Amino acid sequence: MFNVIELSPLLITLKVAGLATCAALVAGTALAYALSHKSFPGRDWLDAFLTLPLVLPPTVLGYYIIVVMGRNGFIGRWLEQYFGISLMFTWQGAVIAASIVSLPMVIKSARAAFEGVSSDFENAARTLGQSETSVFFRVTLPLAWRGILAGAMLAFARAMGEFGATLMVAGDLPGRTQTLSLAIYDAVEAGNDTLSMQLVIFTSIVCIIMLVFSGRLLRTEY
Amino acid sequence: MTTRVCIKKTLTSGNRRFNLDISFASSGYYTILSGPSGSGKSLTLRCIAGIETPDSGQIEIGERVLFDSEGRINVPVRERRVGYLFQDYALFPHLNVVENIGFGLKKLLRPLSGQDKVKIAELVEIFGFKEMADSLPRDLSGGQRQRVALARALVNHPSVLLLDEPFSALDHSLREKMRAELKAVQARFNIPVILISHEPADIRAFEGDIVEYSGKGAAHKNSSSGTGLFSISGYSTEASCQKIRH
Repeated sequence: MFNVIELSPLLITLKVAGLATCAALVAGTALAYALSHKSFPGRDWLDAFLTLPLVLPPTVLGYYIIVVMGRNGFIGRWLEQYFGISLMFTWQGAVIAASIVSLPMVIKSARAAFEGVSSDFENAARTLGQSETSVFFRVTLPLAWRGILAGAMLAFARAMGEFGATLMVAGDLPGRTQTLSLAIYDAVEAGNDTLSMQLVIFTSIVCIIMLVFSGRLLRTEY
Repeated sequence: MTTRVCIKKTLTSGNRRFNLDISFASSGYYTILSGPSGSGKSLTLRCIAGIETPDSGQIEIGERVLFDSEGRINVPVRERRVGYLFQDYALFPHLNVVENIGFGLKKLLRPLSGQDKVKIAELVEIFGFKEMADSLPRDLSGGQRQRVALARALVNHPSVLLLDEPFSALDHSLREKMRAELKAVQARFNIPVILISHEPADIRAFEGDIVEYSGKGAAHKNSSSGTGLFSISGYSTEASCQKIRH
């Protein structure tokens, strides 16, 4: 039923969304920990800034990414000059777009999970001679991981459905940067009803599964 | 061993202010912090443990200075060697009884040494936890939880045991048992105990020094209701702080 060309959007999507989720998971967990446990000037502003991808139109995000990562952007120019690489119109660029849009999903869930861990547990661990690193890995993280993982699953679903920013940054190159949602758009435009139906149903099923499992994770264990 | 505490701390939340200004020295086995709720008793314990930092003052346990605002000494919580019994026990919900008790001996990414295992087994034996060794805290009764928390606090050989209203959550018959248990623990491990209690029964049972908190958070002079063996001191803050400084 699927030939090679039709399978490629799936593989690209899994690769892009998977890597984007990993990046968002690591960065989001660290940022959520800082937001929940440290007080520093401008914390509210940082929180708002990190939530922006949730509310801004994807095209605005795509524009920002092009401004920063593009040939004339300050990171883009540096990459071009020292490594001879450009992220524009590559699947790696799509990973960056997808990780930025899905980052708030991880941060919101992880922050709520961290704040749900009573400080008494952390203080008890400190009175028992544990360093801050030890408190984090032996108490805070084991008590918060379900919320963090639930956030990662939402992030994956969001990254999978990413369209606007990806289109602007990575383009819509079949077999290279064409993800599921871009392929669906093309299929509908081309009037290919069978293909668009297949892709739409597949995407919906994956998202439903993600939502069910993240919901299960959030049910309290203790 | 003498415990000297002389601290000031101001907490503000919104437009409410709370001033803690407390000083006491106690050389008895038991020191009881007593007074109305919201008078700063828990805050005092948290300052001794290092969970909260006083604005100024000194805290000494025996010869060890844990905090001295003038000498810029503030020993981190993990190095203070205090056993702290939280009001709701704060047992780690994801760890079983043995893992909770051994928590303070285990280092991150390192397995327990044979010696540590013996220590944990000893505590399990003393407290009679053999049958519930694998149980999670959620499966224990209130009394059992408290005993696990007590065993956990003792594992690192603390130099002082701090108990935040240890018996308030227990029913009457259990309170008697736990008082006896605490006395046995104190005698066996020979460590000074500072506990918060409003109960006259506790004050009778432990015959310790009493530090009376007023509603404003300051301590007043009070005579010991006990045997008179232990000196009670509720100096005015200035005098006591100077006494600590020598």
